[in-house]
Amino acid sequence: MSNAGEAAAADIIDETEDPRNSGPGRGSDADEGTEIARKRFSEGKRAERNLGIKLVAPAVILMVAVTAYPIVYAVWLSLNRADLRTPDANEFVGLENYVTVLSSPIWWQAFGVTMLITVVSTFFELIFGMLLAIVMHRTIVGRGLVRTSALVPYAIVTVVAAFSWRFAWTQDLGWLAGDSAPLTGKWSSIAIIILAEVWKTVPFMALLLMAGLALVPEDLHKAAAMDGGSAWQRFWQITVPLIKPSILVALLFRTLDAFRIFDNIFVLTGGSNDTASVSMLGYNNLIKGLNLGIGSTMAVLIFLTIAIIAAIFIKVFGAAAPGNDDGGRR
Amino acid sequence: MQQETPRLKLTWSLVNVLVLIYAFVPVIWIISLSLKDSATLNDGKFLPVSPSWESYSQIFGNPDFTRALINSIGICLIATFVAIVFGTMAAYAIARLDFPGKRTIVAMSLLISMFPQIALVTPLFKIETTLGIFDTWLGLIIPYITFALPLAIYTLSAFFREIPWELEKAAKMDGATPYQAFRQVITPLAMPGVFTTAILVFIGCWNDFLFAISLTSTSASRTVPAAMSYFTGATTFEKPTGPIAAAAVVITIPIVIFVLLFQRRIVAGLTSGAVKG
Repeated sequence: MSNAGEAAAADIIDETEDPRNSGPGRGSDADEGTEIARKRFSEGKRAERNLGIKLVAPAVILMVAVTAYPIVYAVWLSLNRADLRTPDANEFVGLENYVTVLSSPIWWQAFGVTMLITVVSTFFELIFGMLLAIVMHRTIVGRGLVRTSALVPYAIVTVVAAFSWRFAWTQDLGWLAGDSAPLTGKWSSIAIIILAEVWKTVPFMALLLMAGLALVPEDLHKAAAMDGGSAWQRFWQITVPLIKPSILVALLFRTLDAFRIFDNIFVLTGGSNDTASVSMLGYNNLIKGLNLGIGSTMAVLIFLTIAIIAAIFIKVFGAAAPGNDDGGRR
Repeated sequence: MQQETPRLKLTWSLVNVLVLIYAFVPVIWIISLSLKDSATLNDGKFLPVSPSWESYSQIFGNPDFTRALINSIGICLIATFVAIVFGTMAAYAIARLDFPGKRTIVAMSLLISMFPQIALVTPLFKIETTLGIFDTWLGLIIPYITFALPLAIYTLSAFFREIPWELEKAAKMDGATPYQAFRQVITPLAMPGVFTTAILVFIGCWNDFLFAISLTSTSASRTVPAAMSYFTGATTFEKPTGPIAAAAVVITIPIVIFVLLFQRRIVAGLTSGAVKG
């Protein structure tokens, strides 16, 4: 807010220094001019403020109504026994649902699987995303072709890609499976889930990183190359430090997104063989089990976990969330 | 820095081929699967031996699929349109106007974009059944708009900041009200950005699966990704491979066309909100 105030003050000063105001008798004219400008400014200010509020109102009201209210409602449901199969037994039970979920091995199993998938897939996404970003940034032939095709995995519906991987790894049917049936075992299933997740999201990672690469001055590379720095050294000592903000933002986005994994697991394994993620588990309790109390408890726990991950990224690594600069006038 | 020697060109060409293989192999596989006839479906070969349209005629003869296709198109178009209108208004205000609570709104939309959707499924399910909009178009359009708004607001406000501020000032000097300045000066200049954002938002809605299976129960409002997972084969355990592959290809085509036509804009849109500078 103060920035905008200063900017406005600067506008007024500009006006008084306008060349038309110079010449004899400038002092009193300028005072009058300032007075009028200030009046006009405060009127304009009010109109601007009103317009601003009116313009954001629909978006804000909708976002609050659809997210803030339900999350409060979810917290309330999580403190109740709310099972649609036994509607008469609904009552306030305090933290009982949390005790049930947090002492359940099924929850911790799903939590472990989700964490594993999140960490491993984000790690590979960063490596392949960086490679793809460098290719898209540096290639000297067919740059448009590479960038266009790299967008395909990003744009494809997750469920479609997941079916493609599922059929590819289905015994007899798939070109990758042959006689084996990898989607029937826990670890091979998790590996395929990670493969599907990485395939789909590497382009997104690469685009964020490429935007960072575009900001690295070419002169630095040239200078370092002249001083005998190898490509590998230049990458670690020039590129990586300079695009660290892009890397952190990309990692933050992808970590939070990977933790919500649902579509790929739903299609690939349906959560069988202990491959369910926390989102799958929440879905099963809600839609299949119709147990709103337990389902909501899981929802709140997932929400808290995501908040903690985000807080760790922002506090520990100092990742600046995009749009954090107040988005004011330049 | 690099000299464009033939050898270097060859190396890069090979690298490019790797990228193409990475991007297209799973897509070609599902297309090939959709073109296999029932006799060769299970041959495990990458390409179809005797291509046929069997699976396609099967899904287009299935009212559940055609209905789902209409649902997908209708719901995503409406959600995209509304999200773009609200998003444009909000993004303009955030990029250009000074008003209280601006930081809070930016922070809030950031929070929503990272929100675990599953956390909303439970309460939305309950609320929508109470309001009677469960399993309707509206019941999906509302959450889609909500999750599209943060993306729309970011991308659009980044585009709005690129527009020269002086133009609006000049319009105001000529006596335009702030609303007129917005409507007649800024909006036309912002159209390319608005269009790009619309593509991104549409892709986002088109991709949704969790809301589509949680907030629907019949084919009245089920979208294609959800309908695909409900296709039934000979037994409930066995999935009808051919029809699923054909449906997958059908909903992939529009997206691939978007990408081919608007690659540059999509890249610009995806990166604009993410990097300060």
